[in-house]
Amino acid sequence: MPSVMVRRNDEGKLLFYVAKKDLEEVIASVEHDTADAWGGEVTLGDGETFYIDPISPPPAFPTTLRFKRID
Amino acid sequence: MAAMTREETQNLIAEVLAVYPEKAKKDRAKHLMVNDHSLESAKKCITSNRKALPGVMTIRGCAYAGSRGVCWGPVKDVVHISHGPVGCGMYSTMGRRHYANGTTGADIFTTINVTSDFQERDIVFGGDKKLKAMIDELEKLFPLAKGYTIQSECPIGLIGDDIESVAKVKSAEIGKTIVPVRCEGFRGVSQSLGHHIANDSIRDWVLPTRDGKDDGFETTPYDVNILADYNIGGDIWPSRMLLEEIGLRVIAQTPGDGTLMEMEKLPKAKLNLLHCYRSMNYIARHMEEKYGTPWMEYNLFGPTKIEQSLRAIAERFDDRIKDGVERVLAKYKPQWQAVVDKYRPRLEGKTVMLYVGGLRPRHIIGAYEDLGMKVVGTGYEFAHNDDYDRTIKEMGDATLIYDDVTAYELDEFVKKINPDLIGSGIKEKYQFQKMGFPFRQMHSWDYSGPYHGYDGFAIFARDMDMTLNNPCWTEIKAPWLRPAQPETQAA
Repeated sequence: MPSVMVRRNDEGKLLFYVAKKDLEEVIASVEHDTADAWGGEVTLGDGETFYIDPISPPPAFPTTLRFKRID
Repeated sequence: MAAMTREETQNLIAEVLAVYPEKAKKDRAKHLMVNDHSLESAKKCITSNRKALPGVMTIRGCAYAGSRGVCWGPVKDVVHISHGPVGCGMYSTMGRRHYANGTTGADIFTTINVTSDFQERDIVFGGDKKLKAMIDELEKLFPLAKGYTIQSECPIGLIGDDIESVAKVKSAEIGKTIVPVRCEGFRGVSQSLGHHIANDSIRDWVLPTRDGKDDGFETTPYDVNILADYNIGGDIWPSRMLLEEIGLRVIAQTPGDGTLMEMEKLPKAKLNLLHCYRSMNYIARHMEEKYGTPWMEYNLFGPTKIEQSLRAIAERFDDRIKDGVERVLAKYKPQWQAVVDKYRPRLEGKTVMLYVGGLRPRHIIGAYEDLGMKVVGTGYEFAHNDDYDRTIKEMGDATLIYDDVTAYELDEFVKKINPDLIGSGIKEKYQFQKMGFPFRQMHSWDYSGPYHGYDGFAIFARDMDMTLNNPCWTEIKAPWLRPAQPETQAA
Protein backbone atom coordinates (compact mmCIF):
# COMPACT_ATOMS: atom_id res chain seq x y z
CA MET A 1 0.00 0.00 0.00
CA PRO A 2 2.35 2.75 -1.10
CA SER A 3 1.62 6.31 -0.17
CA VAL A 4 1.52 8.16 -3.45
CA MET A 5 1.63 11.81 -4.28
CA VAL A 6 -0.43 12.57 -7.36
CA ARG A 7 0.35 15.87 -9.03
CA ARG A 8 0.10 17.47 -12.42
CA ASN A 9 3.18 18.01 -14.57
CA ASP A 10 3.78 20.97 -16.86
CA GLU A 11 1.73 19.38 -19.63
CA GLY A 12 -1.19 18.92 -17.26
CA LYS A 13 -0.88 15.15 -17.13
CA LEU A 14 -1.14 13.41 -13.78
CA LEU A 15 2.10 12.17 -12.28
CA PHE A 16 2.30 9.27 -9.87
CA TYR A 17 5.13 9.75 -7.38
CA VAL A 18 6.23 7.28 -4.73
CA ALA A 19 9.05 8.86 -2.74
CA LYS A 20 10.28 5.63 -1.18
CA LYS A 21 10.49 3.86 -4.52
CA ASP A 22 11.79 6.81 -6.54
CA LEU A 23 8.96 6.10 -8.83
CA GLU A 24 7.72 9.03 -10.84
CA GLU A 25 5.59 8.02 -13.76
CA VAL A 26 2.80 9.52 -15.85
CA ILE A 27 -0.62 8.05 -15.22
CA ALA A 28 -1.70 6.58 -18.55
CA SER A 29 -5.27 5.72 -17.67
CA VAL A 30 -7.70 5.84 -14.77
CA GLU A 31 -10.78 3.63 -14.57
CA HIS A 32 -13.10 6.29 -13.20
CA ASP A 33 -12.34 9.86 -14.13
CA THR A 34 -15.60 11.71 -14.14
CA ALA A 35 -17.01 14.83 -12.56
CA ASP A 36 -18.16 12.92 -9.48
CA ALA A 37 -15.54 10.23 -8.93
CA TRP A 38 -11.88 9.55 -9.47
CA GLY A 39 -10.11 6.27 -8.89
CA GLY A 40 -10.40 2.58 -9.57
CA GLU A 41 -7.66 0.87 -11.49
CA VAL A 42 -4.78 3.17 -12.41
CA THR A 43 -2.32 2.23 -15.13
CA LEU A 44 1.04 3.96 -15.31
CA GLY A 45 3.10 4.82 -18.34
CA ASP A 46 5.40 1.86 -17.74
CA GLY A 47 2.51 -0.60 -17.49
CA GLU A 48 2.32 -0.99 -13.71
CA THR A 49 -1.19 -1.04 -12.28
CA PHE A 50 -2.48 0.18 -8.93
CA TYR A 51 -5.91 0.31 -7.37
CA ILE A 52 -7.69 2.88 -5.24
CA ASP A 53 -11.34 2.95 -4.21
CA PRO A 54 -13.02 5.66 -6.28
CA ILE A 55 -13.03 8.96 -4.45
CA SER A 56 -16.10 11.11 -4.66
CA PRO A 57 -16.00 14.01 -5.26
CA PRO A 58 -12.67 13.86 -7.17
CA PRO A 59 -9.70 15.05 -5.09
CA ALA A 60 -7.90 18.29 -5.80
CA PHE A 61 -4.41 17.61 -7.07
CA PRO A 62 -1.67 17.60 -5.84
CA THR A 63 -2.60 15.26 -3.05
CA THR A 64 -1.27 12.20 -1.26
CA LEU A 65 -3.30 9.01 -1.50
CA ARG A 66 -2.79 5.37 -0.58
CA PHE A 67 -2.91 2.95 -3.47
CA LYS A 68 -2.85 -0.83 -3.64
CA ARG A 69 -0.51 -2.56 -6.02
CA ILE A 70 -2.13 -5.02 -8.43
CA ASP A 71 0.17 -7.76 -9.68
CA MET B 1 40.50 11.40 -27.86
CA ALA B 2 37.78 10.58 -30.37
CA ALA B 3 34.31 9.85 -29.10
CA MET B 4 33.75 6.23 -28.22
CA THR B 5 31.14 4.15 -29.93
CA ARG B 6 28.44 2.35 -27.99
CA GLU B 7 30.23 -0.94 -28.45
CA GLU B 8 33.56 0.41 -27.24
CA THR B 9 31.98 1.83 -24.12
CA GLN B 10 30.17 -1.44 -23.49
CA ASN B 11 33.45 -3.32 -23.86
CA LEU B 12 35.15 -0.91 -21.50
CA ILE B 13 32.59 -1.65 -18.80
CA ALA B 14 33.00 -5.39 -19.31
CA GLU B 15 36.78 -5.09 -19.22
CA VAL B 16 36.80 -3.09 -15.98
CA LEU B 17 34.32 -5.41 -14.27
CA ALA B 18 36.27 -8.51 -15.29
CA VAL B 19 38.42 -8.52 -12.14
CA TYR B 20 35.44 -8.75 -9.78
CA PRO B 21 34.10 -12.01 -8.38
CA GLU B 22 30.94 -13.21 -10.15
CA LYS B 23 28.50 -11.87 -7.58
CA ALA B 24 30.11 -8.46 -7.27
CA LYS B 25 30.34 -8.19 -11.03
CA LYS B 26 26.64 -8.86 -11.40
CA ASP B 27 25.82 -6.23 -8.81
CA ARG B 28 28.13 -3.54 -10.12
CA ALA B 29 27.11 -4.08 -13.74
CA LYS B 30 23.65 -2.78 -12.83
CA HIS B 31 25.16 0.55 -11.77
CA LEU B 32 26.98 1.26 -15.02
CA MET B 33 25.39 2.16 -18.32
CA VAL B 34 26.07 3.49 -21.76
CA ASN B 35 23.89 6.51 -22.42
CA ASP B 36 21.15 6.04 -24.93
CA HIS B 37 19.04 9.00 -26.00
CA SER B 38 16.22 6.76 -27.14
CA LEU B 39 15.52 5.77 -23.54
CA GLU B 40 12.56 7.38 -21.86
CA SER B 41 13.40 6.28 -18.36
CA ALA B 42 16.64 5.26 -16.69
CA LYS B 43 14.92 2.67 -14.57
CA LYS B 44 15.52 -0.26 -16.88
CA CYS B 45 19.22 0.27 -17.44
CA ILE B 46 20.73 1.74 -14.30
CA THR B 47 20.20 0.90 -10.66
CA SER B 48 20.77 3.65 -8.14
CA ASN B 49 20.28 4.46 -4.47
CA ARG B 50 21.32 0.99 -3.38
CA LYS B 51 23.61 -0.04 -0.58
CA ALA B 52 27.25 0.18 -1.59
CA LEU B 53 28.89 -3.18 -2.13
CA PRO B 54 30.90 -4.35 0.92
CA GLY B 55 34.58 -4.54 0.15
CA VAL B 56 34.78 -1.81 -2.46
CA MET B 57 35.60 1.83 -1.86
CA THR B 58 32.61 4.08 -2.03
CA ILE B 59 32.73 7.84 -1.76
CA ARG B 60 29.35 8.29 -0.13
CA GLY B 61 28.53 10.05 3.11
CA CYS B 62 25.91 9.30 5.75
CA ALA B 63 22.48 10.61 6.69
CA TYR B 64 24.04 12.89 9.29
CA ALA B 65 26.25 14.42 6.61
CA GLY B 66 23.19 14.95 4.43
CA SER B 67 21.30 16.76 7.14
CA ARG B 68 23.91 18.54 9.27
CA GLY B 69 26.28 19.31 6.45
CA VAL B 70 24.06 19.80 3.45
CA CYS B 71 20.48 20.78 4.21
CA TRP B 72 20.69 22.41 7.63
CA GLY B 73 24.33 23.46 7.75
CA PRO B 74 24.01 26.64 5.69
CA VAL B 75 21.04 28.02 7.67
CA LYS B 76 22.96 30.77 9.31
CA ASP B 77 21.11 32.24 12.28
CA VAL B 78 20.52 28.91 13.99
CA VAL B 79 23.00 26.98 16.13
CA HIS B 80 23.30 23.42 14.89
CA ILE B 81 23.98 21.01 17.72
CA SER B 82 25.80 17.85 16.66
CA HIS B 83 24.28 15.60 19.28
CA GLY B 84 26.54 12.65 19.91
CA PRO B 85 30.26 11.81 20.11
CA VAL B 86 32.72 14.47 19.15
CA GLY B 87 34.00 13.05 15.86
CA CYS B 88 31.02 13.70 13.60
CA GLY B 89 30.67 17.18 15.01
CA MET B 90 34.34 17.91 14.51
CA TYR B 91 34.37 16.81 10.90
CA SER B 92 31.34 18.89 10.03
CA THR B 93 33.12 22.15 10.84
CA MET B 94 32.81 24.19 7.72
CA GLY B 95 34.35 21.52 5.54
CA ARG B 96 31.80 22.72 3.06
CA ARG B 97 32.16 26.22 1.76
CA HIS B 98 28.63 27.49 2.24
CA TYR B 99 29.21 31.18 2.70
CA ALA B 100 27.04 33.43 4.85
CA ASN B 101 26.81 37.16 5.35
CA GLY B 102 27.02 38.41 8.90
CA THR B 103 29.08 38.45 12.07
CA THR B 104 29.91 35.12 13.62
CA GLY B 105 28.47 34.73 17.09
CA ALA B 106 26.07 37.63 16.67
CA ASP B 107 23.84 36.88 13.71
CA ILE B 108 25.52 33.93 12.00
CA PHE B 109 26.55 30.64 13.53
CA THR B 110 27.50 28.58 10.49
CA THR B 111 31.18 28.61 11.33
CA ILE B 112 30.58 27.53 14.90
CA ASN B 113 30.80 23.87 15.72
CA VAL B 114 28.73 22.70 18.66
CA THR B 115 28.71 19.11 19.83
CA SER B 116 27.43 17.41 22.96
CA ASP B 117 30.55 15.18 23.08
CA PHE B 118 28.88 11.93 24.14
CA GLN B 119 30.81 9.76 26.56
CA GLU B 120 30.16 6.28 27.91
CA ARG B 121 28.18 7.78 30.78
CA ASP B 122 25.74 9.41 28.37
CA ILE B 123 25.28 6.17 26.47
CA VAL B 124 24.45 4.37 29.71
CA PHE B 125 22.25 6.99 31.35
CA GLY B 126 20.95 8.78 28.27
CA GLY B 127 21.91 12.19 26.95
CA ASP B 128 18.68 14.14 27.31
CA LYS B 129 19.78 15.94 30.46
CA LYS B 130 23.01 16.93 28.83
CA LEU B 131 21.12 18.25 25.83
CA LYS B 132 18.90 20.39 28.03
CA ALA B 133 21.90 21.79 29.89
CA MET B 134 23.57 22.41 26.59
CA ILE B 135 20.70 24.46 25.23
CA ASP B 136 20.75 26.56 28.42
CA GLU B 137 24.47 27.14 28.01
CA LEU B 138 24.04 28.07 24.36
CA GLU B 139 21.33 30.52 25.34
CA LYS B 140 23.86 32.25 27.58
CA LEU B 141 26.66 32.11 25.04
CA PHE B 142 24.68 33.14 21.96
CA PRO B 143 21.55 34.94 23.11
CA LEU B 144 20.95 36.24 19.57
CA ALA B 145 20.60 32.81 17.98
CA LYS B 146 17.16 32.47 16.45
CA GLY B 147 16.84 28.79 17.24
CA TYR B 148 18.55 25.43 17.44
CA THR B 149 18.62 22.25 15.48
CA ILE B 150 19.50 18.98 17.14
CA GLN B 151 21.31 16.82 14.62
CA SER B 152 21.49 13.32 16.02
CA GLU B 153 24.49 11.12 15.44
CA CYS B 154 24.32 7.32 15.43
CA PRO B 155 24.26 6.59 19.20
CA ILE B 156 21.18 8.76 19.77
CA GLY B 157 19.10 6.45 17.60
CA LEU B 158 20.72 3.35 19.06
CA ILE B 159 20.01 4.22 22.69
CA GLY B 160 16.65 5.76 21.85
CA ASP B 161 16.99 9.21 23.38
CA ASP B 162 13.84 11.30 23.09
CA ILE B 163 15.23 14.45 21.50
CA GLU B 164 11.76 15.43 20.29
CA SER B 165 10.50 15.83 23.83
CA VAL B 166 13.60 17.83 24.83
CA ALA B 167 12.98 20.06 21.81
CA LYS B 168 9.35 20.64 22.75
CA VAL B 169 10.06 21.34 26.42
CA LYS B 170 12.99 23.66 25.79
CA SER B 171 11.29 25.40 22.90
CA ALA B 172 8.33 26.28 25.13
CA GLU B 173 10.71 27.40 27.85
CA ILE B 174 12.94 29.71 25.82
CA GLY B 175 10.43 30.65 23.14
CA LYS B 176 12.63 29.75 20.19
CA THR B 177 12.33 27.18 17.44
CA ILE B 178 14.15 23.96 18.23
CA VAL B 179 14.21 21.37 15.48
CA PRO B 180 15.08 17.78 16.36
CA VAL B 181 16.45 15.97 13.33
CA ARG B 182 16.57 12.18 13.40
CA CYS B 183 19.47 11.96 10.97
CA GLU B 184 21.47 9.14 12.55
CA GLY B 185 24.24 8.15 10.20
CA PHE B 186 23.18 4.53 9.87
CA ARG B 187 19.89 5.49 8.21
CA GLY B 188 19.72 4.92 4.50
CA VAL B 189 22.40 4.02 2.02
CA SER B 190 23.93 7.45 1.54
CA GLN B 191 23.56 11.10 2.51
CA SER B 192 20.48 11.21 0.34
CA LEU B 193 18.22 9.95 3.10
CA GLY B 194 19.67 12.62 5.36
CA HIS B 195 18.41 15.24 2.90
CA HIS B 196 14.99 13.66 3.04
CA ILE B 197 14.97 13.57 6.84
CA ALA B 198 16.10 17.20 7.00
CA ASN B 199 13.32 18.16 4.58
CA ASP B 200 10.81 16.32 6.72
CA SER B 201 12.02 18.16 9.80
CA ILE B 202 11.53 21.48 8.01
CA ARG B 203 8.07 20.30 7.07
CA ASP B 204 7.15 19.27 10.59
CA TRP B 205 8.91 21.81 12.78
CA VAL B 206 9.44 24.98 10.75
CA LEU B 207 6.84 25.50 8.04
CA PRO B 208 3.71 25.04 10.19
CA THR B 209 4.81 27.62 12.79
CA ARG B 210 3.13 30.41 10.86
CA ASP B 211 0.20 28.45 9.48
CA GLY B 212 -3.04 30.31 9.84
CA LYS B 213 -1.36 33.37 11.30
CA ASP B 214 -1.66 36.56 9.34
CA ASP B 215 1.62 38.12 10.17
CA GLY B 216 1.06 41.10 7.94
CA PHE B 217 3.62 39.97 5.41
CA GLU B 218 2.91 41.82 2.19
CA THR B 219 3.08 39.63 -0.87
CA THR B 220 3.45 40.58 -4.51
CA PRO B 221 2.65 38.49 -7.60
CA TYR B 222 6.39 38.16 -8.23
CA ASP B 223 7.44 36.45 -5.02
CA VAL B 224 9.70 33.45 -5.46
CA ASN B 225 11.85 31.24 -3.26
CA ILE B 226 15.31 30.01 -4.11
CA LEU B 227 15.32 26.47 -2.81
CA ALA B 228 18.29 24.15 -2.45
CA ASP B 229 21.03 26.53 -3.46
CA TYR B 230 23.76 26.05 -0.88
CA ASN B 231 25.80 29.15 -1.60
CA ILE B 232 28.96 27.17 -2.24
CA GLY B 233 31.64 29.79 -2.76
CA GLY B 234 28.85 32.38 -2.89
CA ASP B 235 26.75 30.76 -5.62
CA ILE B 236 23.43 32.06 -4.42
CA TRP B 237 24.41 35.70 -4.68
CA PRO B 238 24.80 35.92 -8.48
CA SER B 239 21.71 33.69 -8.83
CA ARG B 240 19.66 36.01 -6.69
CA MET B 241 20.95 39.09 -8.50
CA LEU B 242 19.87 37.63 -11.82
CA LEU B 243 16.41 36.72 -10.56
CA GLU B 244 15.93 40.13 -9.02
CA GLU B 245 17.15 41.81 -12.16
CA ILE B 246 14.45 40.14 -14.25
CA GLY B 247 11.89 41.63 -11.87
CA LEU B 248 11.18 38.85 -9.41
CA ARG B 249 11.21 39.34 -5.66
CA VAL B 250 13.15 36.67 -3.83
CA ILE B 251 11.47 36.39 -0.45
CA ALA B 252 13.47 33.46 0.82
CA GLN B 253 16.73 31.88 -0.10
CA THR B 254 17.21 28.63 1.62
CA PRO B 255 19.31 27.07 2.90
CA GLY B 256 22.32 28.93 1.41
CA ASP B 257 22.93 32.15 3.34
CA GLY B 258 19.38 31.71 4.61
CA THR B 259 17.73 32.38 7.92
CA LEU B 260 15.10 30.59 9.94
CA MET B 261 12.64 33.40 9.35
CA GLU B 262 13.03 33.06 5.59
CA MET B 263 12.31 29.37 5.96
CA GLU B 264 9.12 30.12 7.86
CA LYS B 265 8.09 32.46 5.04
CA LEU B 266 8.57 29.83 2.33
CA PRO B 267 4.83 29.16 1.93
CA LYS B 268 4.18 32.82 1.08
CA ALA B 269 5.85 32.60 -2.35
CA LYS B 270 4.11 32.21 -5.68
CA LEU B 271 6.73 29.88 -7.12
CA ASN B 272 9.48 27.69 -5.72
CA LEU B 273 12.65 27.68 -7.78
CA LEU B 274 14.44 24.46 -7.09
CA HIS B 275 18.13 24.32 -7.82
CA CYS B 276 19.32 21.03 -6.38
CA TYR B 277 16.45 18.72 -7.19
CA ARG B 278 17.90 15.78 -5.30
CA SER B 279 18.22 17.36 -1.90
CA MET B 280 15.10 19.46 -1.59
CA ASN B 281 12.45 18.22 -3.98
CA TYR B 282 10.69 16.71 -0.97
CA ILE B 283 9.90 20.06 0.59
CA ALA B 284 8.92 21.52 -2.79
CA ARG B 285 6.48 18.67 -3.32
CA HIS B 286 5.13 19.12 0.16
CA MET B 287 4.56 22.83 -0.36
CA GLU B 288 2.83 22.15 -3.63
CA GLU B 289 0.45 19.81 -1.89
CA LYS B 290 -0.18 21.82 1.24
CA TYR B 291 0.08 25.42 0.12
CA GLY B 292 -0.48 25.03 -3.63
CA THR B 293 2.87 26.62 -4.49
CA PRO B 294 4.10 25.23 -7.81
CA TRP B 295 7.78 24.43 -8.20
CA MET B 296 10.19 24.16 -11.06
CA GLU B 297 13.80 23.20 -11.53
CA TYR B 298 16.27 25.64 -12.98
CA ASN B 299 19.93 25.72 -13.86
CA LEU B 300 22.18 28.77 -13.83
CA PHE B 301 25.43 27.20 -15.04
CA GLY B 302 26.63 28.68 -18.32
CA PRO B 303 24.88 31.15 -20.66
CA THR B 304 22.90 28.56 -22.65
CA LYS B 305 21.29 27.07 -19.58
CA ILE B 306 20.78 30.48 -17.97
CA GLU B 307 18.88 31.62 -21.05
CA GLN B 308 16.73 28.49 -21.08
CA SER B 309 16.05 28.67 -17.36
CA LEU B 310 15.22 32.36 -17.23
CA ARG B 311 12.85 31.98 -20.18
CA ALA B 312 11.20 28.98 -18.55
CA ILE B 313 10.79 30.94 -15.30
CA ALA B 314 9.33 33.91 -17.20
CA GLU B 315 6.73 31.60 -18.76
CA ARG B 316 5.18 31.32 -15.31
CA PHE B 317 4.75 35.08 -15.00
CA ASP B 318 3.36 38.00 -16.98
CA ASP B 319 4.95 40.21 -19.62
CA ARG B 320 6.80 42.33 -17.09
CA ILE B 321 9.04 39.41 -16.23
CA LYS B 322 9.28 38.27 -19.84
CA ASP B 323 10.51 41.72 -20.86
CA GLY B 324 12.85 41.68 -17.89
CA VAL B 325 14.38 38.43 -19.07
CA GLU B 326 14.94 39.74 -22.60
CA ARG B 327 16.52 42.88 -21.18
CA VAL B 328 18.83 40.90 -18.90
CA LEU B 329 19.82 38.46 -21.64
CA ALA B 330 20.69 41.37 -23.95
CA LYS B 331 22.58 43.16 -21.20
CA TYR B 332 24.84 40.25 -20.32
CA LYS B 333 25.39 38.96 -23.85
CA PRO B 334 28.57 41.04 -24.41
CA GLN B 335 29.88 39.99 -21.01
CA TRP B 336 29.62 36.24 -21.52
CA GLN B 337 30.49 36.47 -25.19
CA ALA B 338 33.81 38.01 -24.20
CA VAL B 339 34.42 35.10 -21.81
CA VAL B 340 33.59 32.54 -24.47
CA ASP B 341 35.75 34.34 -27.05
CA LYS B 342 38.67 34.37 -24.67
CA TYR B 343 38.54 30.82 -23.33
CA ARG B 344 36.82 28.76 -25.98
CA PRO B 345 39.84 28.64 -28.30
CA ARG B 346 41.94 27.36 -25.37
CA LEU B 347 39.44 24.73 -24.28
CA GLU B 348 37.72 23.69 -27.53
CA GLY B 349 37.34 19.96 -27.98
CA LYS B 350 38.69 19.00 -24.55
CA THR B 351 36.96 16.15 -22.77
CA VAL B 352 35.76 16.03 -19.17
CA MET B 353 34.74 13.27 -16.81
CA LEU B 354 32.61 14.12 -13.82
CA TYR B 355 31.75 12.28 -10.66
CA VAL B 356 30.05 14.51 -8.13
CA GLY B 357 27.05 14.53 -5.84
CA GLY B 358 23.44 15.08 -6.59
CA LEU B 359 22.95 17.68 -9.30
CA ARG B 360 26.26 18.85 -10.69
CA PRO B 361 26.94 15.80 -12.85
CA ARG B 362 24.13 17.02 -15.09
CA HIS B 363 23.85 20.72 -14.29
CA ILE B 364 27.35 21.78 -15.27
CA ILE B 365 27.35 19.92 -18.58
CA GLY B 366 25.86 23.01 -20.26
CA ALA B 367 28.61 25.26 -18.94
CA TYR B 368 31.30 22.94 -20.32
CA GLU B 369 29.54 22.80 -23.65
CA ASP B 370 29.44 26.59 -23.81
CA LEU B 371 33.22 26.46 -23.62
CA GLY B 372 33.40 23.89 -26.40
CA MET B 373 34.24 21.05 -24.05
CA LYS B 374 32.62 17.66 -24.07
CA VAL B 375 31.54 15.64 -21.06
CA VAL B 376 32.38 12.01 -21.84
CA GLY B 377 31.47 10.39 -18.55
CA THR B 378 29.35 11.38 -15.63
CA GLY B 379 28.02 9.86 -12.47
CA TYR B 380 26.47 10.51 -9.10
CA GLU B 381 27.39 9.44 -5.62
CA PHE B 382 23.88 9.27 -4.25
CA ALA B 383 21.40 10.05 -7.00
CA HIS B 384 18.10 8.26 -7.46
CA ASN B 385 16.38 7.10 -10.61
CA ASP B 386 14.73 10.42 -11.31
CA ASP B 387 18.15 12.07 -11.49
CA TYR B 388 19.29 9.61 -14.12
CA ASP B 389 16.09 10.22 -16.08
CA ARG B 390 17.14 13.84 -16.26
CA THR B 391 20.77 13.03 -17.03
CA ILE B 392 20.09 10.87 -20.06
CA LYS B 393 18.84 13.90 -21.99
CA GLU B 394 21.79 16.09 -21.00
CA MET B 395 24.58 13.67 -21.85
CA GLY B 396 25.86 12.79 -25.31
CA ASP B 397 24.83 9.51 -26.86
CA ALA B 398 27.03 6.49 -26.04
CA THR B 399 28.78 8.26 -23.16
CA LEU B 400 29.48 6.46 -19.93
CA ILE B 401 27.24 6.88 -16.88
CA TYR B 402 28.21 5.41 -13.52
CA ASP B 403 26.36 5.25 -10.24
CA ASP B 404 28.17 5.12 -6.88
CA VAL B 405 31.32 4.26 -8.81
CA THR B 406 34.04 2.54 -6.81
CA ALA B 407 37.54 3.95 -6.57
CA TYR B 408 38.89 1.10 -8.67
CA GLU B 409 36.30 1.50 -11.43
CA LEU B 410 36.76 5.25 -11.66
CA ASP B 411 40.52 4.79 -11.87
CA GLU B 412 40.20 2.29 -14.67
CA PHE B 413 37.60 4.32 -16.58
CA VAL B 414 39.84 7.36 -16.41
CA LYS B 415 42.87 5.40 -17.60
CA LYS B 416 40.97 4.02 -20.58
CA ILE B 417 38.91 7.05 -21.55
CA ASN B 418 41.83 9.39 -20.88
CA PRO B 419 39.87 12.64 -20.45
CA ASP B 420 41.56 16.05 -20.49
CA LEU B 421 39.97 17.08 -17.21
CA ILE B 422 38.35 15.37 -14.27
CA GLY B 423 35.86 16.99 -11.95
CA SER B 424 35.20 15.16 -8.72
CA GLY B 425 35.65 15.38 -4.97
CA ILE B 426 38.53 15.84 -2.58
CA LYS B 427 38.93 12.10 -2.09
CA GLU B 428 39.70 11.64 -5.77
CA LYS B 429 41.71 14.80 -6.22
CA TYR B 430 45.21 13.77 -5.28
CA GLN B 431 44.92 10.32 -6.74
CA PHE B 432 44.17 11.74 -10.18
CA GLN B 433 46.61 14.58 -9.90
CA LYS B 434 49.34 12.06 -9.15
CA MET B 435 48.24 10.12 -12.20
CA GLY B 436 48.84 13.32 -14.17
CA PHE B 437 45.26 14.32 -14.90
CA PRO B 438 44.17 17.93 -14.54
CA PHE B 439 41.57 17.91 -11.80
CA ARG B 440 38.96 20.27 -10.38
CA GLN B 441 37.29 19.61 -7.05
CA MET B 442 33.69 20.16 -8.09
CA HIS B 443 32.03 19.83 -4.69
CA SER B 444 33.40 23.08 -3.34
CA TRP B 445 34.58 24.53 -6.67
CA ASP B 446 38.16 23.82 -5.65
CA TYR B 447 38.21 26.74 -3.23
CA SER B 448 37.04 29.10 -5.96
CA GLY B 449 33.60 30.13 -7.10
CA PRO B 450 30.89 31.24 -7.41
CA TYR B 451 30.05 29.43 -10.63
CA HIS B 452 26.38 30.38 -10.94
CA GLY B 453 25.08 33.10 -13.20
CA TYR B 454 27.00 35.20 -15.71
CA ASP B 455 29.52 36.41 -13.16
CA GLY B 456 30.10 32.86 -12.06
CA PHE B 457 30.55 31.65 -15.63
CA ALA B 458 33.54 33.95 -16.08
CA ILE B 459 35.15 32.42 -12.99
CA PHE B 460 34.25 28.92 -14.13
CA ALA B 461 35.89 29.47 -17.52
CA ARG B 462 39.00 30.97 -15.95
CA ASP B 463 39.33 28.09 -13.50
CA MET B 464 38.94 25.43 -16.16
CA ASP B 465 41.53 27.11 -18.36
CA MET B 466 43.88 27.64 -15.45
CA THR B 467 43.72 23.94 -14.55
CA LEU B 468 43.73 22.40 -17.99
CA ASN B 469 46.39 24.55 -19.57
CA ASN B 470 48.62 24.62 -16.55
CA PRO B 471 52.22 23.86 -17.60
CA CYS B 472 52.70 21.58 -14.58
CA TRP B 473 50.97 18.66 -16.30
CA THR B 474 53.88 18.20 -18.67
CA GLU B 475 56.24 17.91 -15.68
CA ILE B 476 54.36 15.10 -13.94
CA LYS B 477 56.39 12.28 -15.45
CA ALA B 478 59.84 11.67 -13.99
CA PRO B 479 62.52 12.79 -16.46
CA TRP B 480 63.94 9.27 -16.83
CA LEU B 481 60.50 7.87 -17.65
CA ARG B 482 59.81 10.32 -20.46
CA PRO B 483 60.29 9.15 -24.04
CA ALA B 484 63.80 9.97 -25.17
CA GLN B 485 64.06 13.49 -26.55
CA PRO B 486 66.43 14.25 -29.38
CA GLU B 487 69.59 15.83 -27.97
CA THR B 488 69.21 19.56 -28.43
CA GLN B 489 71.97 20.83 -26.23
CA ALA B 490 75.19 21.69 -27.90
CA ALA B 491 78.24 20.03 -26.40
